[in-house]
Amino acid sequence: MNEQPLHHLDTLRARQPRFRGLESGHRACQGCGEALAARLTTEAAGPDVVVANATGCLEVFTTPWPQSAWRLPWIHSVFGNTAAVAAGMEAALKQQGRATQVLAFAGDGGTFDIGFQALSGMMERGHDVLFVCFDNEAYMNTGVQRSGSTPHAAMTTTSPPGELRMGKRHMKKDILSIIAAHHIPYAATASVAYPSDLRKKVRRAMDTEGASFLQIHSPCPLGWGHDGAKTIEVARLAVQTGLFPVIEMERGELIGTLPIRDPRPVSDYLKLQNRFRHLFASEYRARKELEHLQAIANRNIERFELRGVGSESYDTEGADTVHRGGDRWA
Amino acid sequence: MALALEGSQALARTVALCRPQVVAAYPITPQTHIVEGIAKLVADGQLACEMVSVESEHSAASVALGAAAAGSRAYTASASQGILLMAEVLYDISGLRIPLVMTCANRALSGPLNIWNDQQDSMSMRDSGWIQLYCATNQEAVDTTVQAFRIAERCEIPVMVCVDGFTLTHTLEPLELPTAEQVDGFLPAYAFRHGLDPAEPRSLGTLVGPEHFSEVRHAHHQAMMNAQAEIEQADADWAAVVGRHCGGLVEARGDPEARLGILTLGSVLGTLEDAMDSDPELPRARFIKLRSFRPFPAEALRQACEGLDHLIVLERALSPGAGGIVGPEVQTALIEMAEPPRVHNYAAGLGGRDLSLDLYSRIVQAAFGAERPREFAIIDADPELLPESDR
Repeated sequence: MNEQPLHHLDTLRARQPRFRGLESGHRACQGCGEALAARLTTEAAGPDVVVANATGCLEVFTTPWPQSAWRLPWIHSVFGNTAAVAAGMEAALKQQGRATQVLAFAGDGGTFDIGFQALSGMMERGHDVLFVCFDNEAYMNTGVQRSGSTPHAAMTTTSPPGELRMGKRHMKKDILSIIAAHHIPYAATASVAYPSDLRKKVRRAMDTEGASFLQIHSPCPLGWGHDGAKTIEVARLAVQTGLFPVIEMERGELIGTLPIRDPRPVSDYLKLQNRFRHLFASEYRARKELEHLQAIANRNIERFELRGVGSESYDTEGADTVHRGGDRWA
Repeated sequence: MALALEGSQALARTVALCRPQVVAAYPITPQTHIVEGIAKLVADGQLACEMVSVESEHSAASVALGAAAAGSRAYTASASQGILLMAEVLYDISGLRIPLVMTCANRALSGPLNIWNDQQDSMSMRDSGWIQLYCATNQEAVDTTVQAFRIAERCEIPVMVCVDGFTLTHTLEPLELPTAEQVDGFLPAYAFRHGLDPAEPRSLGTLVGPEHFSEVRHAHHQAMMNAQAEIEQADADWAAVVGRHCGGLVEARGDPEARLGILTLGSVLGTLEDAMDSDPELPRARFIKLRSFRPFPAEALRQACEGLDHLIVLERALSPGAGGIVGPEVQTALIEMAEPPRVHNYAAGLGGRDLSLDLYSRIVQAAFGAERPREFAIIDADPELLPESDR
């Protein structure tokens, strides 16, 4: 192992025998959080899987016929049936006595909204499927329309701010509570800003028998209106502010969180994104909505007891965020 | 040996003989007895199969799709609103050329709510790219189900076996079930060339742009047209095993000398045959049993209609604002004959309206009476029950 210096390219490659389920060269936008999340997920899941993919950006940017960026057996059917297709694949593989694992990929629309009934049924029946929601908080593939996952007050093309409105009127759906109510063996949230944590959770879910659920917060530079180079920074701020709690649950009970060392004000996160620009106008309504969003973050921190007690290695500042190869050097 | 069996029970046992590895279903009248029967066979250990009781028909079709794509023989059954809820998935299954079999226990569509038999549900999926085979009897339903798996898997096109709700599904009668040896000899183990396998990863259901989409549709259409030969072959091969024909694509029976033809789909044929047999005063008819509605067997139909002066197309569905669904297609196919019969198109028996023996004389009178010839009509609608303006 030590004939060559560590920083020799071949040595590094040999030390990173990572399987790539999703190849480069696909057509995602620069800085796409979902593409990063899908790559990290499939790397951690390994090659012995089959994937069911909902309609959406991930499907479209990876498979413009006759090309495909997938090195995995992959199927896309329609928008709302991903969990059911995955359930069917799982039932088939079980009958065939094969150990191949089943992944289901969907965006927030395919999870919170149109795909929700199939997801609930799949979890209720306990299929051995890992359902991954790449949560970018709106219908990005159709041009940024609001979804059940769009945060309160965010601007989308169907929740525009105006004389009578300050962006989305409704709250982001509390999907975790609904998932928790299914009492599945394992459910977690993760963020592309914390890839090591994300990988661990994928592996944990893969090792779990029965249905598991992973919600990955995945910034969309185009839809959120931020610089494509700032995807990780934006994603990390969502966690650091408490707006996107990173947690783990077993059978619906909270078993772990990514503690926030020093919670940042929500405005640090919001001001990087055009979808919240109207909240920084000098008017009463904007101020009230900013307060409202801060209250939501505070409530998350309180509810999941996210505030860290010291400088732990596993918290929003200490958890691996930069090392290539994930927790190999963590 | 014939067994006294309810149609649905016979279908459940026949499906089991075809050894599906995954069955997915959501309950809807009148399909329920079929999947209840399968669930019991699984529970009793008589069928090694994952029985997935899903939360909607949309998911029933999706589970079957996923299972078939992952390399297992899959089956589902539905009816009416269930077929409509499945619609987008049914188009996707056929578009991806995934072979699986579904029983449609034919039932009317809402609204208003009606749980009884007509064929509006399967007709609404006319253009879905599924093969549709209509069964005139429960015995045909049994034999067609076995054939359907082979047709689907050889052609890589899903098959919908259409069985009239209640009239067939809930009727108890003596039926011959095939043996396991007969089915195993006829139907090889499931194999899908384009299945999902980590050893040979491929992408199914990708985004296909304008530069390839027409070819996808052309290939599907051509495969459907080619399936006609396979439908005939499956029926012939199965007949060699069990000694029973289902009629291939289209079957002519009744009086071969008759100049009057009556074309039907499904179980109403038996009623019309009984009516003609029971009354020698009635004009004789050649019955044209359209078994394969998709693919539409235009050439076989022309042959079956050779020598007819009149053809009454009797259907159990309609296209409001146009008239019949099958009638215009038949007329289009027959127009190429040197001397095509004159086509009369009626609907009857909608929403389970009872079709009695006098149906025969009613349609003949309508076709040859002076009153409004050639016009589509719901032949058994009662003017007394209609508002004045709609009569």
